[in-house]
Amino acid sequence: MLLEEAGVPSVAVHTNVFAGVARATATANGMPRTRQTFVPQPVVDLSRAELRAYIEGSDPTSGRPFMQEVIEALTSPLDAEDLTGLSFDRATPRLLAPDSEGNLQRLFIDNHWTDYLPIVLPTEERVAAMLKATSHPPDEIVGRMRPTSFREFWEYTVEKVAVNAVMAGARPEYFPVILALAASGSTAKSSSTTSMTNMAVVNGPIRHEIGMNFGIGALGPYNHANVAIGRAYALLSQNLQGGSVPGESYMGTLGNGLAYSACFAEHEEKSPWEPLHVQKGYAEGDSAVSVFFGLRYVQEGYGPRETWQEKMRRCLSAGAHFPPLLVMDPIVARHFVERGVTTKQQLIDWCAANARLPAREYWDDQWVQTLLRPLAVAGVEPYASRLKVAPDEVVQMFEPREINIAVVGGEAQGAWKMFGARYERTISVDAWR
Amino acid sequence: MAELLTAHDPRGYPPKVVGKRLAQRRESLDGKLLYLVDCLFDNSENFMRELEDWFAKNLPSVTTRLIQPRQSWVDDADMRARVACEGDGAILGVGL
Repeated sequence: MLLEEAGVPSVAVHTNVFAGVARATATANGMPRTRQTFVPQPVVDLSRAELRAYIEGSDPTSGRPFMQEVIEALTSPLDAEDLTGLSFDRATPRLLAPDSEGNLQRLFIDNHWTDYLPIVLPTEERVAAMLKATSHPPDEIVGRMRPTSFREFWEYTVEKVAVNAVMAGARPEYFPVILALAASGSTAKSSSTTSMTNMAVVNGPIRHEIGMNFGIGALGPYNHANVAIGRAYALLSQNLQGGSVPGESYMGTLGNGLAYSACFAEHEEKSPWEPLHVQKGYAEGDSAVSVFFGLRYVQEGYGPRETWQEKMRRCLSAGAHFPPLLVMDPIVARHFVERGVTTKQQLIDWCAANARLPAREYWDDQWVQTLLRPLAVAGVEPYASRLKVAPDEVVQMFEPREINIAVVGGEAQGAWKMFGARYERTISVDAWR
Repeated sequence: MAELLTAHDPRGYPPKVVGKRLAQRRESLDGKLLYLVDCLFDNSENFMRELEDWFAKNLPSVTTRLIQPRQSWVDDADMRARVACEGDGAILGVGL
């Protein structure tokens, strides 16, 4: 669409499953008549002959010859609508029309404003009570969010975040954590085909103040604060960014159960290591929440036992291009200390040095090809060096700065989990009190 | 009769949409330069190479030039400026 604005007649080619998203994006950009053509899904993994058959075949959305559509898109005269585009105001009201509890619950589901479980209706009284838990005024802009990089940003205020916090069943004392998550600007409802979502890790005194669980069952669903904060983050993400609707603004092909709620607190008192927020530059007495993006894969292990290095190497190399967030029970962390790993950084450095794959396998990953290869070709390090490695030689998959560790759990078992999750940022909770 | 409740709308504030016009079309592509923009999605380069070959065989009067942005899913202003300066049209693909 930027090329059209620059005066270049253009046509975009998509695969047919993206027709709804492509048209919604064009409309939101004021150019609903953007010329778009479609080929069947998939394109990935097809041979050149199969791709050629797409080109010589028909557009599956219209049934017309694909190349005829392409040529017409670039040459057919414009009509009046093409010359004006479409201007419109999508302003949302502050309050909905009064209705019964049952009808409002139904309205929220029909409009895709929930996670399809019952919500607490955000009445004026409940939202007002939530707003009392922060010193920030209701009309203060908290941030902006969007489901993916090619969609427009939507903005939101403290009050709008409170509305979603009420819906999730959050208590007012959780509100500063929820505001901090909203202020991250990082959506927990990415539209990615890879079904990504976000995880929040809370550190500092706020964990005790609001009764968070960092012991048995901390990753859920066994604590009101953990679950409600995670759910509030998910709901505010979809509603404040302009939706998360399959086929329109969500394309996660498999979906992700962690998208309901993924929040826990670090067990700082039982961890032998520095808390996560301190690693990120905060003081131990500060309260902060860290956001991780992805959650594409989950692996697990126990120990560390005698062969922990072999086990960990297998897990690290299974994760393709998404770096690991290693979450471990305090028992595991203490056993690492007994083996001489006295800091998180030592284990992070070991993981970075041992997360390796033959270059042939590393570069054969769809996302490494799509996202990292262009950087490598452009000479951006460390990807450029990885591209120079011979196919059967090994490449180091991650830099130490990309790997994170959190200690959590109730010492019922020496268990650890590895999530494929990219660190986004750590936000002060105290700033939102 | 059920009690009536007033609830807040949970949605954020969208930007106003300002209509934009499409670029003027050419009457024909004969003798024109068409940029084939490879969006860098996995296998999209092969798709664009096939498209390049289709034009060479079926519309040889059209000159095609394959071009790539510096990064996936990031607007490359330099590439866009080059297409706008030299091109008579563009086909972008494959992917969003």
